[in-house]
Amino acid sequence: MLGKKSKLSRIITLAIIILLALLFTFPLYWIITGSFKTPKEVNSTTPVWWPSEFTMKNYEKLMSKLKAPLYELNIPFSQYFSEDGEPVAAVTGPTVPGAVRWLLNTVWMAVAAMLLTCITSALAGYSLAKKRFIGRGLIFTLIVCAMALPKQVILIPLIREMSSLKLYDTISAVIFPIVGWPFGVFLIKQFAESIPGEILEAARIDGAGEMRTFTQIVFPMIKPGVGALAIFTFINSWNDYFMQLIMLSSTKNLTISLGIAKMQAENSTDYGLIMAGAALASVPIIIVFLIFQKYFTRGITMGAVKG
Amino acid sequence: MGASAPRLTSRKLVMRETVSGYLFLLPSLVFFLVFVIYPMFMCIYTSFFDSNMGKNTTDVFIGLANYKELFQDQIFLGALKNTLIIVVVSVPTVCAFSLWVATAIYDMKPALTSAFRCIFYLPVVTGSVAVTVVWKWMYNNYYGIFNYVGKSMGFIEKNINWLGDAKYALWCIILILFTTSVGQPIVLYVSALGNVDQTLVEAAEVDGANRRQVFWKIKWPQIMPTTLYILIITTINSFQCFALIQLLTSGGPNHSTDTIMYYIYYTAFKLYRYGYGNAMGVVLMIIIAILSAIQFRMGQEK
Repeated sequence: MLGKKSKLSRIITLAIIILLALLFTFPLYWIITGSFKTPKEVNSTTPVWWPSEFTMKNYEKLMSKLKAPLYELNIPFSQYFSEDGEPVAAVTGPTVPGAVRWLLNTVWMAVAAMLLTCITSALAGYSLAKKRFIGRGLIFTLIVCAMALPKQVILIPLIREMSSLKLYDTISAVIFPIVGWPFGVFLIKQFAESIPGEILEAARIDGAGEMRTFTQIVFPMIKPGVGALAIFTFINSWNDYFMQLIMLSSTKNLTISLGIAKMQAENSTDYGLIMAGAALASVPIIIVFLIFQKYFTRGITMGAVKG
Repeated sequence: MGASAPRLTSRKLVMRETVSGYLFLLPSLVFFLVFVIYPMFMCIYTSFFDSNMGKNTTDVFIGLANYKELFQDQIFLGALKNTLIIVVVSVPTVCAFSLWVATAIYDMKPALTSAFRCIFYLPVVTGSVAVTVVWKWMYNNYYGIFNYVGKSMGFIEKNINWLGDAKYALWCIILILFTTSVGQPIVLYVSALGNVDQTLVEAAEVDGANRRQVFWKIKWPQIMPTTLYILIITTINSFQCFALIQLLTSGGPNHSTDTIMYYIYYTAFKLYRYGYGNAMGVVLMIIIAILSAIQFRMGQEK
């Protein structure tokens, strides 16, 4: 089928694609190698393509900055009753480098956002797809309209809301709006549409309760969608810089991205240190992405099918 | 109502469906209403007030004064212009580039397709902060790789202060935005091209259509919904360009790289003009809504 000419053009295309792929991986390469370079190599006017010796100095410096307690367990809701509005700490962990705490904050934020989003979206998506009730059309229209609007615009009013809820500068202030964003409901609804109504009716006739129908019949059928949504939410919340920037302020409450941005603002020319921070912020999430990329791709494409 | 819907015969059953439907919706609905719809409403509401977020001051109703000021604010108009430049440049290039990459990689061996798809998605996953700080280094006046490569290949004669020069700064930002925007469109196009009806393609080839004809006459119309979706999400994302600006230039030099989103942030959190910032947010919402509607109509007509 393929003539000589089209074979040649294919090879040229492939060569260009490979070149582009190299250019796209270059920033990541530059972060990782940069984090192991000595100050002299980092600040050299002729780029050092490969570090002559791998130094851990940048990481040591990163770990020596901005100490914070590893964790603080607070008495739940105590911020609403204490005099200064600060939560009452029950247990405070040992003092560790800020970067470690930031990483822990980020993981906690991403995992909590992921779990909450998956649970609420699975329930709501199923309900919107399979239940016929008054107001269903209105709610779905509201969801679609909200999705078409710029998410960041709501962040300024959110600040005031979070302050009055006494949630400002807590990780919850970042988690809740992510959970509220209706993309997940929309995605799961697309999946749940394909559940045959006969099965649900059969379950009802057999006397299965609503919750039982959901956990035994519906959930296994929408599991691929939930998996895709989980990984999608995890990665997006990890990288949602604007939201984190606006909602979090004190050193101990920062996420890893915010922490790196803060360090960059304070030591703007120490590129070795900043690259070490950037590597710490990006490598974990890239590994997660590479492990789950199949589900992730499915999440992106499913959301678009009827988008 | 689809054929698969359970047949509802009595009022009692309708009531039961409604109650259980809302119970399933409830957890999601609470988050959605409290943390999305309420702030959206507040954004519009507060835009009619002079508000500075102070603890002891109250908001003063000033009607449309914020909006009137907006259209005389040179910095806002400049930010609007920059945002439009970013959108007009990046949306078509992102779409065309990702379509080209997708057509080149979608029929390779599955492992290869997936490897390339991952690579082009990498800048998105890396996260805006990590991506931005490394590009800031690469753009650096003295130690940056761009000046070195540019000089050694003879494109430029002496070092250029890429981000500090109003002539180049916006274009530097557009380049980074481009690399972080093509990942998702490529994934979408690869999957859309994989779903193109093969029997039509084969029939056209039997009839003697060449590759170009097959693409434009058979595949292009079939991937139109995907193109439409990509146009809309890329437009929204380009309009919301923020992290790059804040971390790279802070809108400088002299507001030459302000985007609407950055200027909203600047007004609200540096000048503490809360109501004014929200008025800009409302204008941004309206612009995006209009553009989405136009793109949607265009997509449906074709």
